[in-house]
Parts: sequence; C-alpha cells; structure tokens
Amino acid sequence: MTTAAQPNEISEKTGLLLHMHRQMVAIRQFEAQVNELYTRALMPGLAHLYIGEEAVAVGVCEALEQTDYITSTHRGHGHCLAKGASPDRMFAELLGKKAGYCKGKGGSMHIADPATGNLGANAIVCGSAGIATGAAFSARSLGNGRVAVCFFGEGALGQGVLYEVMNLAQLFKLPVIYVCENNLYTEYTHYTETTAGDILARATAFGLEAASVDGQDVRAVHGIAQRLVDRARRGDGPGFLVCNTYRYHGHHVGDINREYYRSKQEEQIWKTERDPIANFAKWLVEQKLADAVELDRVQADLEAEMKKAVDFAVAAPYPSVDEVGEDVYA
Amino acid sequence: MPDATYAQTDRELTFAQAIREALAEEMRRDSTVFILGEDVAEAGTPFKVLSGLLEEFGKERVLDTPISEAGFTGLAVGAAMTGMRPVVDIMFGDFVTLTMDQMVNQAAKVHYMSGGKWKVPMVMRTTMGATRRSAAQHSQSLHAWFCHVPGLKVVLPSTPYDAKGLLKAAIRDENPVVFFEDKMMYKLKGPVPVEDYTVPLGVADVKRVGEDITLIATSSMVQVALGAATLLEEIGISAEVVDPRTMWPLDEKTLIESAKKTSRVIVLDEGYERYGVTAELASVVATGAFYDLDAPVKRMGAMHVPIPFSPPLEDATVPTEQTVFEAARAMCGK
Repeated sequence: MTTAAQPNEISEKTGLLLHMHRQMVAIRQFEAQVNELYTRALMPGLAHLYIGEEAVAVGVCEALEQTDYITSTHRGHGHCLAKGASPDRMFAELLGKKAGYCKGKGGSMHIADPATGNLGANAIVCGSAGIATGAAFSARSLGNGRVAVCFFGEGALGQGVLYEVMNLAQLFKLPVIYVCENNLYTEYTHYTETTAGDILARATAFGLEAASVDGQDVRAVHGIAQRLVDRARRGDGPGFLVCNTYRYHGHHVGDINREYYRSKQEEQIWKTERDPIANFAKWLVEQKLADAVELDRVQADLEAEMKKAVDFAVAAPYPSVDEVGEDVYA
Repeated sequence: MPDATYAQTDRELTFAQAIREALAEEMRRDSTVFILGEDVAEAGTPFKVLSGLLEEFGKERVLDTPISEAGFTGLAVGAAMTGMRPVVDIMFGDFVTLTMDQMVNQAAKVHYMSGGKWKVPMVMRTTMGATRRSAAQHSQSLHAWFCHVPGLKVVLPSTPYDAKGLLKAAIRDENPVVFFEDKMMYKLKGPVPVEDYTVPLGVADVKRVGEDITLIATSSMVQVALGAATLLEEIGISAEVVDPRTMWPLDEKTLIESAKKTSRVIVLDEGYERYGVTAELASVVATGAFYDLDAPVKRMGAMHVPIPFSPPLEDATVPTEQTVFEAARAMCGK
C-alpha cells in the first residue's frame, strides 16, 4: 500500500521536538567542521557531507530504539550521529586516529559502532542492503524485537541486489525498513537520467509497505518512519520510505564547481526556502515551543562542542604501524 | 592429532553423507546455525547432500531462497554480524561470481573496517570440479579468487573424514569461510568415526608417505595424486602426497618439510594454473626449500580455456593420474 505522509499523526511532545532540533543542528555543525578540516588540509582523503539532509537521519533514528540496527552510506556522518555516536570519536576516525570508532582503519566511509546498533557505513553503493536485511533476519530468528533500517541514496536504486533483498525481506516478513534518501543527484548526474518509472512502485511490486515524504520536514519524516518501524516490529513485514531531500554541498568536499550538473539558483532555493533546520526552528517559535534566543544558544553550544571534539581528534595519536595486520581475522 | 582417529573406525560414509552429518551435528549443537540457499529444503540440493535436514530442523532453519545469490549471501553477512551462524549454499561454484561484492567487499572486510568490532561467522558452501559434462558455466574451480582476499578463509576437503571435521571447524570459526566441495567426490567413501571431532583449519595432512618426490594436491587432485603414486611405485618411485586441506590459513611448514625431504615437488590443483593456487603453493615451497630442491617446482592445474562440453576435450583440460605419473617420472629422471 502506498500511503501519503501524515505530519499530524506524529508525537507532538515538546521534548522530542527540541531533541530533534538539537540533533539536526549537531549534524550540521559536525559537517561544517569536517569541511573546515578538509579546507585546512588536516583530513586525509575526502568526505561526503550530509548538510541539507539532516531531517532524514534524525526523523528516522528518533523512531528507533538504541538496540535497533542501522546501516549507513558513504554520506553517513548524519546517520551515525543521529543513532547516538560521539563526535569526538567520529572526528578521530575521520583523521585516521587510534581513538576513532574503527581505530582509524575505517575512516569517514566506514564508521561502525555496535553500542548504538550501527552495523557500519558502506562505501559500495547499496552495499549494506544485504547486511540490513540479514540483521532483520537475526532479529526475527532470535525473537529480540529489533528492527533494522537500511539508509541508501537514490543512486542505489540502480543496483540489482536491492530488489533481491526486498523480495527476500517480504518473503520472510523481516522487520527491515529501506530508507531511500533521494537528494536528486547520483554523484554528478540528475536521478531522472538514471531512474526509469516510479520509485515507490519498485517496492510495492514486492508487497512492501511504501511511502514517500518531504525529507526536509523532520516531523513528517519521524511520523511516517515511526509507523513503518512499529508495523515492522509487530511482525507485519518490511517497509520502504523515500525521503525527498537535497545535499547543499557537492558529492564530496572537493566537488566545488557544480554548475555543469546543477545551478546555483537551484541550490539557493533549497537553502533559503526548504532548509530543514531553519523551517523547523521557525515552526517551534511560532508554536511557542521554544524561543529564538534559546535555539540560537543550542547552535552556539553545539558549535563549541564540535570544535572541542575536533581538538581532541587533532591531538589524538595515530595507531602504531604494528597494528596494520591486526583485525584481519577475528 | 585428529587424523589418528580415522584409522580406528570401521564406519564408512560417503563425502556427501559426511557433509550432511557435520551440518546436522552443528545444527543440533548450536541453535543459531541455519542453512540458506536455492533448493536446499525439500529438494536437499540437486546433489541430495542436504536430504533429511528439513525434516529434522524445519523451515525456519533450512530455508529455500529465490535465485538471488547476491541477495541471500548479503543477508547471511548481516545475520552473521548479529548473532546467527549462517551456512550459505551456492549450488554451483560458478555462481559465486554473483556473490563477489557480498563476500569480497562486505564479509571479508567488516571485521577490519570496524576496527575489530563486528565479526562475520558464516560459511559459504559451494562446489568445484570438471569432468561432469556440464560445460563452461557449471564446471569451474574458482577457489583461487577467494584465496586472494584478506579476511576470508578457504577450505578444500579431499576425504569424507576431512570434509566432516573441516566443515564443523568452519561453522565454529568466527570468520567468513568458503568451503569448496568437489562434485565428483560426493560418492567417494571413506572412514568417518561416530565420535564428535573437528579438523582445525590450517593443518595440512600427509595422505601418503614417500621419499623421492612430493605431490602437493588439493581437493579432487588428492585422489589423482594417490592414483599416480601407485603407478609410480610400480616403477620404483616413492611419492609422498601432501594435502594442505585449507588454502588459507596455509600450513606452509608441512609443505616445506616434505619438499626438503624429497627434493622434488609437483603442485596439483583443479583451478586454473595461471595465477592460481598452484602458483602460490609453488612459491611457498620454492622459497622455503630452495637449497634442498633438485628440480624447479612443477605446477599442474586446469588449462587456460573455458571448460568445454565435449568429453574428450573436457578430459584434456585437467590433470589425470597418467599425466601426473608422466610428469613425476620425468622429474625423477626415470
């Protein structure tokens, strides 16, 4: 069944709303520091920024328990933070330091954290669809009531394995939600040039509960995600959620000149009219759930916290070269 | 030494029965072990290796899948990370190509990329071996592909005893293990004790003791090497047959010791000779026993052609008792 998002059906509890605002700001401030590390040449390699898409990770992860599983993507910092990862250890991983989540062996694209149910970010497009489906299989077999969420970009719609595992998930009635973040661009190509037909129909063809939602509206994302998560947890089977969103920066931090694939005007419209944080903050103030000064303070606090986390990571030591051969086998 | 046991048992099982018994015992021992693959349940696979397991363990633990090798292998990787011990069945070894991203980029790397936090205790069982008149897409021996990837273990049993003990060890291992079964050996009989045992991964086995030449052989080639050794004995050449049993971890010490003792080595494997397992094993021996060798190490593997259908053509692509006998005789100067 295809269902339209129902923003009004989400929980209106103020605490949750303010927490979601804080989480989105945290992601944005984290990513701003990542960009800074890149431009200051302090970060080895590249990173793919999540700025603009914060409402997706936060809205979905707030519908999950800590023991629930997620799999993430190359553009994964937002998912990791939204599921509860610590910025200091994430920055340490981005810099290849021993204190990082993966002892520096994974880097930006492979952050994993069992403590928060994060099965790992994956640098193969659609690479984690099988893993998330398998985690849901374990949850069903072990009867532990957990749910798995597979985050992926719309570029992964081109990978055949996605359709293989959606078929398996429906056949086995697995508690897994496939969350498609459609940020319009598959690297440097508009998704309409690579995607035939209807996206939702690809999931409904397998009998999955499918929905699409405004990915810039955290309340809407959270509401529909909660519904899909709850029904999966009840044993009613897998779900598929398309979140329509936009990445403000390039495919990666080095993708500066983007006019050959999208206009500055288009970017400007998304940033000024559809920003998930600004619009949500405005709504919170209008509803008298927060005042503007308070929200500004949240931003300032998080900016300071992220700078402190960066300092920790910059000062942290690299792993010893002796460790290169460790962790190949368990 | 586990291998002392098999001389003491009167019970004989086929290779296929040994595999089935290993699976059944491990599934009884550990409720997280389950089987996933195409036609594994009611059909028990086209080779009937798994017959009877559905009846004992039910559909929740012996699961038929769609024909989606990448999908169900990926599912197994995730299940292994989160508390289960999947045994994936890939019907023909040729189909492993469809699983390569899941095995190479996911299963093999999860432990390392996560800094040792996640692990992937899964087994992929699949087949290998030509001469079954199945042509180019149902006859290959692609184990070398997996040997090339850090993070994977690769097992090639050659007897019913080894098959059972190695499979049980593979299921209990904390890492992804790829387990290759030669289709032509499923009916091979051999002693298998009733008692619980495992064969540790990374321990080679001397299948025949000899003095003049070492035949290092894997999987299907072990029987070929033993047959050639019998022929060689008739002309006064004493051949030692050494089976590494696992390609990784690799028991280099046993191979090198045998090479030092006999001073002549032929390496036999049914995978492609070029860039194949024989190249690695020959390199290990040539480096480790250099000063004791009387001849360059010789390699014998599959010809560098797609496996042909026509019987005389297919038979020409893999080493036989006769070709191994001739090569060994020439190396010994007789």
